Amino acid sequence: MSDEPNYSIETKDLSLFYGDFQALNKVSVNINHGKITGLIGPSGCGKTTLLRCFNRVNERFGNVTTTGEIKILSKNIYDDDVSLIQLRKSVGMVFQRPNPLPISVYENVVFGLRIHSRRKDLKKTQLDEAVEKALREVYLWDDLKDQLHVKGTTLQLEQQQKLCIARLLPLKPEVILMDEPCSALDTEATRAVEELMHGLTGKYTIVIVTHNMAQARRVSDECIFMLLGELVEHTRTEDMFLNPSHQKTADYIEGRYG
Amino acid sequence: MITRKQWTTVSEFLIETVIRICGISAIIFVLGIFFFVFREGAGFLFSKWEPIKFFFSTEWYPTSVSNKRYGILAIIAGTASVTVIAMTIAVPFGLGAAIFISEFCTGKLKEILKILIEFLAAIPSVVWGFIGLMVMNPLIIDIFNVPIGLTALNGGIILSLMAIPIIVSIGEDSLKAVPDSYREAAIALGITKWQMVYRVLMPAAKNGLLAAVLLGVGRAVGETMAVLLATGHAVQIPGSPLDSVRTLTATIAAELGEAPVGSDHYQVLFVIGIFLFTITFVINLTAYLIVKGIRVQKGES
Repeated sequence: MSDEPNYSIETKDLSLFYGDFQALNKVSVNINHGKITGLIGPSGCGKTTLLRCFNRVNERFGNVTTTGEIKILSKNIYDDDVSLIQLRKSVGMVFQRPNPLPISVYENVVFGLRIHSRRKDLKKTQLDEAVEKALREVYLWDDLKDQLHVKGTTLQLEQQQKLCIARLLPLKPEVILMDEPCSALDTEATRAVEELMHGLTGKYTIVIVTHNMAQARRVSDECIFMLLGELVEHTRTEDMFLNPSHQKTADYIEGRYG
Repeated sequence: MITRKQWTTVSEFLIETVIRICGISAIIFVLGIFFFVFREGAGFLFSKWEPIKFFFSTEWYPTSVSNKRYGILAIIAGTASVTVIAMTIAVPFGLGAAIFISEFCTGKLKEILKILIEFLAAIPSVVWGFIGLMVMNPLIIDIFNVPIGLTALNGGIILSLMAIPIIVSIGEDSLKAVPDSYREAAIALGITKWQMVYRVLMPAAKNGLLAAVLLGVGRAVGETMAVLLATGHAVQIPGSPLDSVRTLTATIAAELGEAPVGSDHYQVLFVIGIFLFTITFVINLTAYLIVKGIRVQKGES
């Protein structure tokens, strides 16, 4: 399937263990390019673990064993010759709690460029352009264009989360992973971030973990339902919510457990 | 019965009082030390003390029969030179070790390193002085081909070893206090370990690291026995690290026993004590305020 161009992420028999505990069990899934894919399921079902496999941040704490394969842009990211630095450059991540760095808004946005380029290759004008472009894409430019030197950590939560999305964009990622990006936000901010996600479709492949069924329904094109480390169902979002093919999916969506 | 027994009330009261006294005693001791040091030096300080001569003259002849002179510039230079040498070594090594322990090593190695560094802090200063005298001295004579190895360099190296544990433990604490979400954010952007250190951790922990360095300086300025043994005890402004020097602390330690109680010489030594006390107090207070600044910032965010 690797010659199929419209998959951004393909996994095959992906299993993951934290020590002895098996968190993922033979997950095989293909995620479409340029679409928003929702990952849903009850707590502890492995959806966040799966998400964190795609840029290999799971491995930070050691004690993690992975088998099977994950292909991103047709390259198995567990191959020995894969550069984690390059992988994470093309697979960005947005976290549950907004985590801008304690530096200015401007520096937050260009942080990725700075760590991935040599100092002499970065021209001021180029950085300025990147900042404006990224902030415009996340609808922050008009609010923040006069406050670029304010510390990122002092913004409102909604702005912080948008900034966290904006800082990925100058690196032109293929995939953006979002781990419950709205769970720390109020309803207004959630709506704003969801709008932003719609604005980003087509350009980036977005995978979003969410506990919020309504949100999954609103934002995603496709949905993956997971349970106890296994993939139960992967279909178009409308189909999953209107016409789930598994009883467990139906029960979860209707709130009978989880 | 819901009334308390009388002795419960009394014992509660007693325990509370004892604990309260223990807590307050620290304040009493600090004030007490300051009071007594000040009282011993006060007679000279307010009648015969000439600040300009005291601070800007290099002539320290406290026991001259005809013309006693109390200029401590050379001794200040001694303390300064030893401190600068010590910090030149201790800051990079101390901060490097703190970064290594906090960010680069895990499990057993981390535990072992932390214990060893605490052990380093527990070595008595006279032992350090002894090492300066018996180990460093011949080494410096051999390596630099100089007649005497009891020099500013010797004292500086010994002091750096004594300051490093403080810098490491406080530096490590301040790195540990950097929220893990910063690290995660940077890792997810594809940062290398080295970039993480200088782009994320150092800026985020800079106040704590600065406080660590300052407390190291405080340790170096205040240390007595080791420098007394290792620096050669010569009153002169050093021209190079290979000159012998004498520090403020060593001067007090060496001369106080021989100065007649209540004499000018005796009182001048206490004035030096007040001066030292003021320096270390300011350094520690600054470090404290910096650390407190970190807490306030965290409270806000």
